[in-house]
Amino acid sequence: MPSVSSPREITVACTDLRKTYDGKVEAVRGISLQIEAGQCFGLLGPNGAGKTTTIEILEGLLAPTSGEVRIFGHTWSDNPRQLREWIGISLQETRLSEKLNVRETIELFASFYGEPRNADEVLEELELTEKSDAWVGKLSGGQKQRLAVATALVGNPRILFLDEPTTGLDPQSRRQLWDIIRVFQKKGGTVLLTTHYMDEAERLCDRLAIVDHGQIIAEGTPSDLIERLGGHHVVEFQVSDQVSNNANGDKDNLDHWRSLPSVESVRREDSTVCLSVREPHLTIPALLNAVTHDGRQLEHLSTRQASLEDVFVQLTGRHLRED
Amino acid sequence: MATTETNTPKLDADKNRQPAYAVRRNSRWSGYLHLLWARIIELKREPEVVFWIFVFPILLAAGLGIAFRDKPADVTWVAIIDSAGAQKTLAMLQSVPGNSSNKGSTIRATVLDRAAALKGFHFGKYDLAIDSNADGSYTFYYDPARPESVLSRAEIDAALQSAAGRKDALTTSSQSSSEPGSRYIDFLIPGLLGMNLMNSGMWGVGFALVEMRQRKLLKRFVATPMRKSDFLLALMSSRLVLMVLEVALLLGFGVLVFHMRVQGWRSMFSVLVIASLGAVTFGGVGLLTACRAQKIESVSGLINLVMMPMWIFCGVFFSYQKFPAMAQPFIKALPLAALNDALRSTIIEGAPLSSQTGRLLVLAVWGGVSFILALRWFRWN
Repeated sequence: MPSVSSPREITVACTDLRKTYDGKVEAVRGISLQIEAGQCFGLLGPNGAGKTTTIEILEGLLAPTSGEVRIFGHTWSDNPRQLREWIGISLQETRLSEKLNVRETIELFASFYGEPRNADEVLEELELTEKSDAWVGKLSGGQKQRLAVATALVGNPRILFLDEPTTGLDPQSRRQLWDIIRVFQKKGGTVLLTTHYMDEAERLCDRLAIVDHGQIIAEGTPSDLIERLGGHHVVEFQVSDQVSNNANGDKDNLDHWRSLPSVESVRREDSTVCLSVREPHLTIPALLNAVTHDGRQLEHLSTRQASLEDVFVQLTGRHLRED
Repeated sequence: MATTETNTPKLDADKNRQPAYAVRRNSRWSGYLHLLWARIIELKREPEVVFWIFVFPILLAAGLGIAFRDKPADVTWVAIIDSAGAQKTLAMLQSVPGNSSNKGSTIRATVLDRAAALKGFHFGKYDLAIDSNADGSYTFYYDPARPESVLSRAEIDAALQSAAGRKDALTTSSQSSSEPGSRYIDFLIPGLLGMNLMNSGMWGVGFALVEMRQRKLLKRFVATPMRKSDFLLALMSSRLVLMVLEVALLLGFGVLVFHMRVQGWRSMFSVLVIASLGAVTFGGVGLLTACRAQKIESVSGLINLVMMPMWIFCGVFFSYQKFPAMAQPFIKALPLAALNDALRSTIIEGAPLSSQTGRLLVLAVWGGVSFILALRWFRWN
């Protein structure tokens, strides 16, 4: 990995991207980002946040209403063909020709590039060798998605753009794709992916931008973002409702919990109270005391590691996947 | 997308980057050739395509060819109404000396009772019904709207008159000549060929494109360095490859099964030239039809809308001369009419290519204008 060159090369950069459809719908409202060479950068956000519009503008498939995109310092109007040689793309949904087999499909895509990779090597790498004579129409969802990534990799790209690469896949296929992406990265490739899976973002991405309503609401490494939430742990509990009718409203209740030791923030989801906590071993005894003191009963208590989901909920008050 | 690699400035991203993998170098036409090859094997693997493009026209030609072959126009079918003079009439008609004046013609006469004879006449089984009256005169039942009925009235009248001893005032002789193309099948096969070129062009280009657009495959292709012009060129070339097969199959079928005569090799070449232009023209019209449609359903409707009038007006199954004279110039300006006319003249009459300039021009204008408009409006994603 060429990490020695201290200010790392910026492969993809955009400033103040905006996209308005039909003069009405503002899908992207001022997104700026920079992706360093060799990085895996993730756009994390719920459906409809503007991730796909953003990535398609970066890929040169959509023209932004305003703002600028640079890839290796070049804009899409500079030299589109050369930029296309350098990037590999997997769209959110492409149904490749069903009557071609896997090898024919890869060879077809390889033929578009000036200096493509060897098709057999790519098949091998994506564990599609066994399926090379199978018609695309007969592949499973995971195999189809691997083939879609293979068509992106066969051009020997420097940047890989993946739009929701694992949506709808089973856990095993997802892990397989993660491995493929890591291998590409290890060879020095840069990756930009969109996802609404927080675990994917957390495990795969070196850097993340959380996108909501067409804007980046937070950016950093996954651990940065969780750190910023103010605690690596979440304590969730429910208490019996006996005294909830007293003069203290809901808000006071939350303040009540926030005053517990080591608690960084509090939020309520239905009847569950979620505490972001730095050191659970300090918080929990105090929490138990407080409950007993109020004359209430603890109905449920659990602790877990904080996740990006918590970050998202903290920032927006909503969950990533509300369906 | 006509960037040339030679002019590509050496971009800074090339610095300090070792290729991670062994690569091969593709030639300029590698993308085009792969696209063409992919298109052809895809078609080959689509059983519906094979049926509609190759089997269906053959079935149509076979069915229509057989239906219109068994009743040659020069046999006269006559019903004699049974009466006292019926047998004598029959004998007179049979005594006609070999129809020496017009060799091919034969009279097939049958004696039937009145009801059966008239019924057979009304249903078209007989061209004419004859009633011999008691006074030795004859009454002909004929239908002035049926050409063969009118002909047979004249023929039977002449036969009876001469059998009764009428002397011809003049001596006439006829030279029979059976021009190729006199039969219905000779008319039909070039029409089917034209129709087939239209069908496969419209569906093969229009439908295929919209399907690829709906699958986001077009968008995926333009996300690569593929040249858009290569893609369209490959689509058109695949039509030409298919066209050669379509022509060979239909003409071969006509020649082998219906003993159709094609006027020499020079005319075969002309047919290929005309059919190529036809295939490309309808490819262009198909491209225009499909240039913006997002859904297969909408393009199917459009394709049918374009093709339906041409099936009817452009002389596929019957001559468009049957439409009013006022409509003729408009019909002749339609691409399928021009294609069918050019194919018929070449296949049946062996007309030289130079005599078809006007019709080829009609095709070229349709194809060219469609192509230009399609490229202007084309939607890749």
